[in-house]
Amino acid sequence: MDAHATPAASVRHGPPTGPMRWLTTTNHKDIGTLYLWFAATMFLIGGLMAMLIRAELFQPGLQIVQPELFNQLTTLHGLIMIFGVIMPAFTGFANWQVPLMIGAPDMAFPRMNNWSFWLLPVAGGLLVGSMLLPGGGVAGGWTMYPPLFLQGGISYDLTIFAIHIMGASSIMGAINIATTILNMRAPGMTLMRMPLFVWTWLITAYLLIAVMPVLAGAVTMLLTDRNFGTHFFSAAGGGDPVMFQHIFWFFGHPEVYILILPAFGIISTVIPTFSRKPLFGYASMVYATASIAILSFMVWAHHMFTVGMPAAAQLFFMYATLLIAVPTGVKVFNWVATMWQGSISFETAMLFAIAFVCLFTIGGFSGLVLAMAPVDIQLHDTYYVVAHFHYVLVTGALFSIFAGIYYWLPKWTGHRVDETWGRWHFWLSAISVNLLFFPMHFLGLAGMPRRIPDYALQFADFNRIASIGGFVFGASQILLLIVILKCIRGGEKAPARAWEGAEGLEWTVASPAPYHTFVQPPEVK
Amino acid sequence: MPRPRAIGAFIAAWLSLSAPLVRADWRLNLPAPKSEMAARIYDIHTLILLVCLAIFVVVFGAMFYALFRHRKSAGHAARHFHENTSVEVIWTVIPFLILIGMAWPATKAVLDQKDTANPDLTVKVTGYQWKWEYDYLQDGVKFMSVLATPREQIENKAAKGKNYLLEVDEPLVVPVGKKVRILLTSNDVIHAWWVQELGVKQDAIPGFIRDTWFRADEIGTYRGQCAELCGKDHGFMPIVVEVKSEADYQAWLAGRKARLALAAADADKVFGVDELKARGEKIYAANCAACHQADGKGLPGVFPGLAGSRVATGPAAAHIDLVLRGKDGTAMAAYKDQLNDADLAAVLTYERTAWGNAADAVQPAHVKARRD
Repeated sequence: MDAHATPAASVRHGPPTGPMRWLTTTNHKDIGTLYLWFAATMFLIGGLMAMLIRAELFQPGLQIVQPELFNQLTTLHGLIMIFGVIMPAFTGFANWQVPLMIGAPDMAFPRMNNWSFWLLPVAGGLLVGSMLLPGGGVAGGWTMYPPLFLQGGISYDLTIFAIHIMGASSIMGAINIATTILNMRAPGMTLMRMPLFVWTWLITAYLLIAVMPVLAGAVTMLLTDRNFGTHFFSAAGGGDPVMFQHIFWFFGHPEVYILILPAFGIISTVIPTFSRKPLFGYASMVYATASIAILSFMVWAHHMFTVGMPAAAQLFFMYATLLIAVPTGVKVFNWVATMWQGSISFETAMLFAIAFVCLFTIGGFSGLVLAMAPVDIQLHDTYYVVAHFHYVLVTGALFSIFAGIYYWLPKWTGHRVDETWGRWHFWLSAISVNLLFFPMHFLGLAGMPRRIPDYALQFADFNRIASIGGFVFGASQILLLIVILKCIRGGEKAPARAWEGAEGLEWTVASPAPYHTFVQPPEVK
Repeated sequence: MPRPRAIGAFIAAWLSLSAPLVRADWRLNLPAPKSEMAARIYDIHTLILLVCLAIFVVVFGAMFYALFRHRKSAGHAARHFHENTSVEVIWTVIPFLILIGMAWPATKAVLDQKDTANPDLTVKVTGYQWKWEYDYLQDGVKFMSVLATPREQIENKAAKGKNYLLEVDEPLVVPVGKKVRILLTSNDVIHAWWVQELGVKQDAIPGFIRDTWFRADEIGTYRGQCAELCGKDHGFMPIVVEVKSEADYQAWLAGRKARLALAAADADKVFGVDELKARGEKIYAANCAACHQADGKGLPGVFPGLAGSRVATGPAAAHIDLVLRGKDGTAMAAYKDQLNDADLAAVLTYERTAWGNAADAVQPAHVKARRD
């Protein structure tokens, strides 16, 4: 994407050319681009793993991968998609868009920004590369529960280091984003005038700063249990394996919202644009986001209803979890109210946003079912849970990323998106993703456990449908790559305001956005 | 008012008739409950599903109405309202009230699920990688329960049976209509004991004892699986519960006790090497082959091979100790409480003489001498 290195910009602050430009860059746009391409690369790797998983599960019996490798694939697929795809992609959006949306010239700490990106390929390399070591890659599940996680080989230690590095990267990124938002807004942009995407990222940044150290602590205890004879998680030495789960999910549940709050921000930007109407209930959206973030610290043990907690704890976590449905519901209602009486058009970005609202809500409903502790006893660790979190993370987080890419590509590249290819990508993805994940609800209800490489005959038909859906969904993503590459290489020139209904400071600068923007702060009235 | 379960069954039946893809044997819902608790869970699930469906229809009915009627291409002009406090309050309060309505039956179910007092029968269940042990504490009967599906079926070399991956050599046997308390623990990593039709799932945590309970309504065979990732063969450690009439249960118990007495007599016998090898091969297949493999070669880098290994061809005492006590920090379990002296002697002899190994045989008395 050399397009935005316009000659005028290079005269004042010429970036090096070639690879050194990307290695040494402190420009928020360059770093945003790096984050997004890193996420795309990891999406390809994690996606190929998912294809192998679905191929093995296409029919009963062991055909393509043996159980050891299968467990590595599910574990790494989870870690890669969470830490290597969704989180970096959102950070990429934040890097590109937050300064543009608040009228800041760059991020608050440009050099740290460079460092926090370049840590990621190192961590990703450790994680993926560990598969080649003797004993194979990490196979204890992305949740890393001990004592199983204490049994593995050297790749388990490398995974712990990878998580440490990714955590450091996330914390630096979060500090950078929070500082930028709090200190570098253009004059006149009060907190309650910030675009909602900026709000959701501010809250996400605080969640990251709060919980990534908790994860780092948990995996450090695993590391010392594995190598230095501590017994944090071993009953034989006075420890408790369940304590890991408490610590892990105290990180893990806010993490779920780290993966979805920026998505809410993107959707709250896209829907008003294509409804040609301001977002309904801006203030209530901000309060709902903050409530979700606060409640997310109080619900962690709903991931642990089967470990045998006392009744009082089961009930507390059940009630707290149900409570999260209230602010989440408010968000969905507000999106629908934004569309109501609008002047709606269906560009690809909007199609993904509409699909997000619908399908994310299905994930929310299955979450409600799982929140009921007695029902969770039947569904915990089944494919119902797999269906639930893939609806939330694929048709939720990932679809919002697609919506955001289609929405901001004109600003990033200076060219309009090829809507025909985009629609094909949307419809193929939207249909196949449901073919892939909806039958998993039935599989879970019928009793298929998750993380198994082979299954009883009664599960065969729905697994075959899910696999076919999976292959189509995987292949459809090639279309996205084509759309992006076409958009970078050329196409109809996009004006500064690329969409008729687009509001916000980013649409006041040229498309593509010049290498340096808002050197003089804009006026926000 | 029709019972929620009837409504759920109606929806499932309607779905299965309406879609041509859906055949009658494609299960869309929880299995038919065979215990009171499973029935209550089924009803709560149906209730929530219906509430969710209703909300979905209302909210997305409105959204798709707007998408259709308020289109730009239909010439609709946007109206620029963007705030309404009373609407916000209404759609905060109504969901809250619905949630309270849903939480009420669930609360009662949680309290009853946790009430493990006054059982008729208590069984201690221990998870191992990758099998279950059942210990009838009141009757002194204890045995292992291992996957019975032949390897050839898993590797697609033979046709798969009806209960593929859901069959074991020795099921848990319990009397019908009795409150059975399950004490759960694990010997190695976390497992989860789960039988869906009985409405029971509980994690087995090494070093701790957790409990749960069920009361089966009907005589029959109920099948479940380990529900917590526990390593390589997590998908291959099913659970089978056979619910029998009280008389049949007592007869089964008596047969079990007789088998125990026979096994105890073995401990003092001296066996021939071939006899030990033949017996040991079966025990090896059930307990050791998952890691060390049937050909004794192990999995390089993960599980050590036994063919030609230092331990299996070295002094018997060290070999016996390793199998009795396991090895800390690895997946090698301690077998001193899992197998009796005769079985241990048999499997040790097999390991020391199979795959070209040529070490001396082990007798039950040798094993006995190295306990404690």
